[in-house]
Amino acid sequence: MEFLVATAIGILTSGGLYLVLRLRTFPVIMGTSLLTYAVNVFLFASGRLTVGAPPILTDATTYTDPLPQALVLTAIVISFGMTAVVVMIALGAYLGGDDDHVDDGPIDPVEKAEGAL
Amino acid sequence: MSLFLVVALPFFGALLPGLMNTAGRQACAGVTFAVTLMALIGLLTNLPAVLAGDLVTARLDWIPLLGLNFTLMLDALGFFFACLILGIGLLIIAYARSYLAREDNMGEFFTYLLLFQGAMVGIVLSDNVLLLLVFWELTSLSSFLLIGYWKHLPEGRQGARMALTVTGMGGLAMIGGMLILGQIVGSYDLSVILQNREVIQASPLYMPALILILLGCFTKSAQFPFHFWLPHAMAAPTPVSAYLHSATMVKAGIFLMARMWPVLSGTPEWFILVTGAGLITMVLGAVIALFKHDLKALLAFSTVSHLGLITMLLGTGTAFGAMAAVFHILNHATFKAALFMSAGIIDHEAQTRDIRRLGGLRRLMPVTFTIASLAALSMAGIPLLNGFLSKEMMLEEAYQTVLFDVDWLVPVLATVGSLFSAAYCFRLIGHVFLGPVRDDYPAKPHDPGAGLWLPPAILVVLVVAIGVAPFLAEPFVKLVTASVLGTTAAVPDVYIKIWHGLVPALYMSIVAVVGGLVVLALFRPLLWLWDAAPRPEAKRIFDAVIAGAVSLARGVIEPLHDGAFTRYAAIMAVTVVAVGYHAWVTGTVGPATRVMQPANAIQIAGWLMLVTATCGLVLMHRNRLLSLILIGIVGLVVSVGFVYFSAPDLAMTQLTVEVVTIILLLLALNFLPKTTPVESSTLRRARDALVAVAGGLSTAALSWHYLLRDTISPSISEFHLANAYKGGGGTNVVNVILVDFRGFDTYGEIIVLGIAALLIFALTETLLSGPVRARLLNRAANQARAGDMHPTMMVVMTRVIMPVVMLVGFYVLLRGHNEPGGGFIAGLIVSIGFVMQYMASGFMWTSARLRYPYHGVIGAGVLIAGLTGIGSWFVGKPFLTSDYTYVRIPPFQEFELATAALFDLGVFLAVVGAVMLSLESFSRLARRSNESATDYPMDIDPSRDDAPHTKAET
Repeated sequence: MEFLVATAIGILTSGGLYLVLRLRTFPVIMGTSLLTYAVNVFLFASGRLTVGAPPILTDATTYTDPLPQALVLTAIVISFGMTAVVVMIALGAYLGGDDDHVDDGPIDPVEKAEGAL
Repeated sequence: MSLFLVVALPFFGALLPGLMNTAGRQACAGVTFAVTLMALIGLLTNLPAVLAGDLVTARLDWIPLLGLNFTLMLDALGFFFACLILGIGLLIIAYARSYLAREDNMGEFFTYLLLFQGAMVGIVLSDNVLLLLVFWELTSLSSFLLIGYWKHLPEGRQGARMALTVTGMGGLAMIGGMLILGQIVGSYDLSVILQNREVIQASPLYMPALILILLGCFTKSAQFPFHFWLPHAMAAPTPVSAYLHSATMVKAGIFLMARMWPVLSGTPEWFILVTGAGLITMVLGAVIALFKHDLKALLAFSTVSHLGLITMLLGTGTAFGAMAAVFHILNHATFKAALFMSAGIIDHEAQTRDIRRLGGLRRLMPVTFTIASLAALSMAGIPLLNGFLSKEMMLEEAYQTVLFDVDWLVPVLATVGSLFSAAYCFRLIGHVFLGPVRDDYPAKPHDPGAGLWLPPAILVVLVVAIGVAPFLAEPFVKLVTASVLGTTAAVPDVYIKIWHGLVPALYMSIVAVVGGLVVLALFRPLLWLWDAAPRPEAKRIFDAVIAGAVSLARGVIEPLHDGAFTRYAAIMAVTVVAVGYHAWVTGTVGPATRVMQPANAIQIAGWLMLVTATCGLVLMHRNRLLSLILIGIVGLVVSVGFVYFSAPDLAMTQLTVEVVTIILLLLALNFLPKTTPVESSTLRRARDALVAVAGGLSTAALSWHYLLRDTISPSISEFHLANAYKGGGGTNVVNVILVDFRGFDTYGEIIVLGIAALLIFALTETLLSGPVRARLLNRAANQARAGDMHPTMMVVMTRVIMPVVMLVGFYVLLRGHNEPGGGFIAGLIVSIGFVMQYMASGFMWTSARLRYPYHGVIGAGVLIAGLTGIGSWFVGKPFLTSDYTYVRIPPFQEFELATAALFDLGVFLAVVGAVMLSLESFSRLARRSNESATDYPMDIDPSRDDAPHTKAET
């Protein structure tokens, strides 16, 4: 069980990292989404894995750790907001510049000279 | 008046000049004057207490755990400086009203001036060193604005930058010094620190603290070798120079040395550093001042010199030295402010400040001549003027001071400094006012209106009054000296007199004055020598240092940070893995304490789905639509995983977020290219794959490691489980944590979410108001449009299901405290219900029926959550304390009413608003020019592109 979760986190991270290193905005966004899953599951798993003991108080004696769940819950919602902002920025850049590359070229000399002032 | 008000008045008052700007210059200056006058009167109401020797305090706890409190105190020293700041401030404001030209923005000027004034008053009244540091930095910032007020002048901008760099760096050093001091004493309260002289001086950290604090003081007060910024700050308008250089900015460093005098002074280190720097500055400043042709530059270097004099006096560490310093602070403020204002008058009337182009102004500007001459003679140390008295005391003190075991060193240097000081004062009078009247002034000089000459005249009255009747100032000087000395020494039992008898100081004084006249007589050959001698140019050195720092920073940053996002991402990934690996290798790893749980076929199947989808996503990411479907699978498996591992709330959240995220990405994909082209080389892909695999392996290893071990220390989760029902009144512990235990956190998070949505809205607005708008409106569809854009079945279904969705949403919201659910999940569910309406009937139709704008919904959510939190203040509890009770309304069952539920309602509204505002913004981009609002929830588009029998294909 633990092995499956750990490898799943690893594979999500790998996929996410690979896509983040791509050159166009859309795969990078996909990559950050995968990384988000990986991080959320990772944080969630820090409460260790417990089956069939949700943190809803009943007569039961054992409950799973509620704290990582609370943290991850907000993280999921916030990551939606983050994704939306990033997508909007990517979209704006594409619509404005007709280009969806994530990399800028090297700093050009004129800009460099201006920065020195 | 409370000290808080005295400090706060200038800050709040700073809002007024900008507002009054349109009401005219008189109103603008008047309101600034009134604000300062009120603060001064407020200060004076505390005079009786100060005279009685009481310590007036005001205290407001800000961050007590950090030792940072808003505590103010007023003793004689603080009162003296605050009086100078506000009193001379009044004169400066009156003067600036007449000085500023019509094209200068007066509101802006007075706003900066009041900010600066408030910061200065804050420094001298602070009882907490951290608070003092805050004000200290504020003076650096506001003086930057003041010095650079004439933004069109390059010298102004450069001078402002230099001042900010030097004083800012000194401020940084001082933060370090003050923190060390606070650590030694164990308190950041100045009044406590001042009681601990022995502890501080015995500490091994005394030396670093002293050096750091002195760095702050020396940079601020322009002591050698940091004196070079002050003359460059002369590019400021003259009222600013007069204010900064007489009573405020540069006196801040002096003030701090005086304030810290009881605990820092008296050691050999203090003596050598402070007296040494002071002496060098005094002589150097006086010599340079003599050869400056710009009137303001001359005065600037004379300020440097006089600050050196005061510093030297403070450095000696004797009670008499402190008294002389206090007296000279007062005298210098009066004659120097008057001189700067006179220089401003000459500049204003003659249109030049170059001494070589002036001369003979005595006949043309008699009033200015009288004012400036009296002030200059006082500065030169001529009897019956106040400068003479304090200079005598300085020479007396210098005569007693032995530095480096050489008896004659200090007296001789002090005399030389006074000599040159006298010489430049005589030069100022002789070369500007005396001599024949010339006929080549750039403008015809004449005495200005009273607005310009009255303020310096008032100061000169003081100069003469103190000079003739020193007993008027003596009690006050002694009172201030007593508060400088604290408990370390008694106030010297001497009287400030004009005639002391034939003492050495008198001879030194005579040598200085006579020598000054001789030097002036020999001015031409001396000037030739001075111009021929090579000397380092401070500005060039400063510029070279800055350029060096910039190119060093460039050399480090540019290879790493060259604009390529993928490069930063790769660098970060590799660094994190490397650091993690280092920790793994060097740390100790305990044995596994948990048994691995068995996995059955279903779980393995789920894992396989996740792995396949992720691998498929990586391999086929070029097909963007397909990658959306694959990432959806990943999300679903993660949600199911949450259910399985006892996290129903997470599962519900993940599932609903999944839906809105996919809709969002689909909306974006509408505009973006549908495929990703092959661009990177095989080598690059191999490199990326290597980074990715390394990252994946390390996270997998880390997770695997901790999943098999228990936490090292007991988790705080037990507390939450034990108190969720008792304290929070809910059985869903996750929800209780969100709305109660960590409610403040959640409050922040909904605000962040709201800001994100507003940001998206703002970006959309920007796009739609720029050139992108036309392109968007007229873009050609790159895919065939559906003829049945709003299918009847879907429209009917979404309408029918809407009440059900709302019901489910509210149910989930209400039960959230005890069962899985809550504001976040309910908000997402309801959002999906709304989104379905948009999808079914189109953006225009739905928007036309929208009753509340989503911005308002976000705002209402945040407000409700915030007000719920504030509500607990009314019963004397901290922010966001929750309470609950059980009520029963027949014929319903007994149910629970918790304030947390109200908070959760806020969360719910904020989530609905944020999600909807984001999605709506994306949809707004999709509008085309040929679309118009329709009254029908469903329609058939007859102009579909692939319709066989219409002319729409053209």
